[in-house]
Amino acid sequence: MQFFGGSDISPSPPAPTAPGNNAHMIYVFNRNGVCLLYKEWNRPLHTLNAQQDHKLMFGLLFSLKSLTAKMDPTSAEKGNLGVPQLPGQGCSFHSFRTNTYKLSFMETPSGIKIILVTHPKTGDLRDFLKYIYNLYVEYVVKNPLYTPGTPVSCELFNTALDQYVRSIA
Amino acid sequence: MAAIYNLYIINKSGGLILYKDYGSAGRMDTNDSLRVASLWHSMHAISQQLSPVLGCAGIDLLEADNFDLHCFQSLTGTKFFVVCEPGTLHMENLLKYMYELYADYVLKNPFYEMEMPIRCELFEISLSQAIQKDRVALLGR
Repeated sequence: MQFFGGSDISPSPPAPTAPGNNAHMIYVFNRNGVCLLYKEWNRPLHTLNAQQDHKLMFGLLFSLKSLTAKMDPTSAEKGNLGVPQLPGQGCSFHSFRTNTYKLSFMETPSGIKIILVTHPKTGDLRDFLKYIYNLYVEYVVKNPLYTPGTPVSCELFNTALDQYVRSIA
Repeated sequence: MAAIYNLYIINKSGGLILYKDYGSAGRMDTNDSLRVASLWHSMHAISQQLSPVLGCAGIDLLEADNFDLHCFQSLTGTKFFVVCEPGTLHMENLLKYMYELYADYVLKNPFYEMEMPIRCELFEISLSQAIQKDRVALLGR
């Protein structure tokens, strides 16, 4: 996982290769489970209220990471299920697909989790998620008025993110 | 050909009824495989809750760094899932074939108790044959 290689926001983002994929929604969590950002573009079905939805999403990811670390067929020495894993420790998943959506996931070494829910036919979105993380670093983290650990309300970040995600579609 | 590491069958309540390991370094003991199976059952159900559109049937494919997990759920709620190398093709066909074998060798076995762990030798033999034989045969299904 290359996080220390490209520290600048450009060069140009990877060209969208998957045609016709519409992003449904995006979540960004920090390491404590606080939802820093939730944005939806196309979500006809809301099963739960917002708070419960965020908690459920975070819980699902936590458990899936625990599951993949335990199920990893290439390593013999594993911890027990349910033990919180450090970012980067143990095998982690990067996406899962159902018949109605595809969820792409990326966790940074600092514990920031970026989740993008798209159409099921979408390709590998890891590079897109890295670019979104770069946007987050440039517009949010480097913003002196932003308090870490609170939901993001930076206008520029929202605009840039919106523009970028629409360009994937 | 790309490798299959292990496979699981879980009943509609999430209980493990079959766990077969085909050469992974991380072979699990019984308790761990039971826990992992129940965990997968729950994750499968939760993923349906988080769908942005109606009609979600749960996770079909989970892609991780070192493996892929393909899952097939029958109409009765029995789940068949297989852990394989990343990028292995035609796992869906294998899972469907496994379901056919299950229907023939397990369900039609008069001594098999529903939802209990599978102890049918013929089933396990034909399963190993299916896993080991050339993928070309499965392509034709």
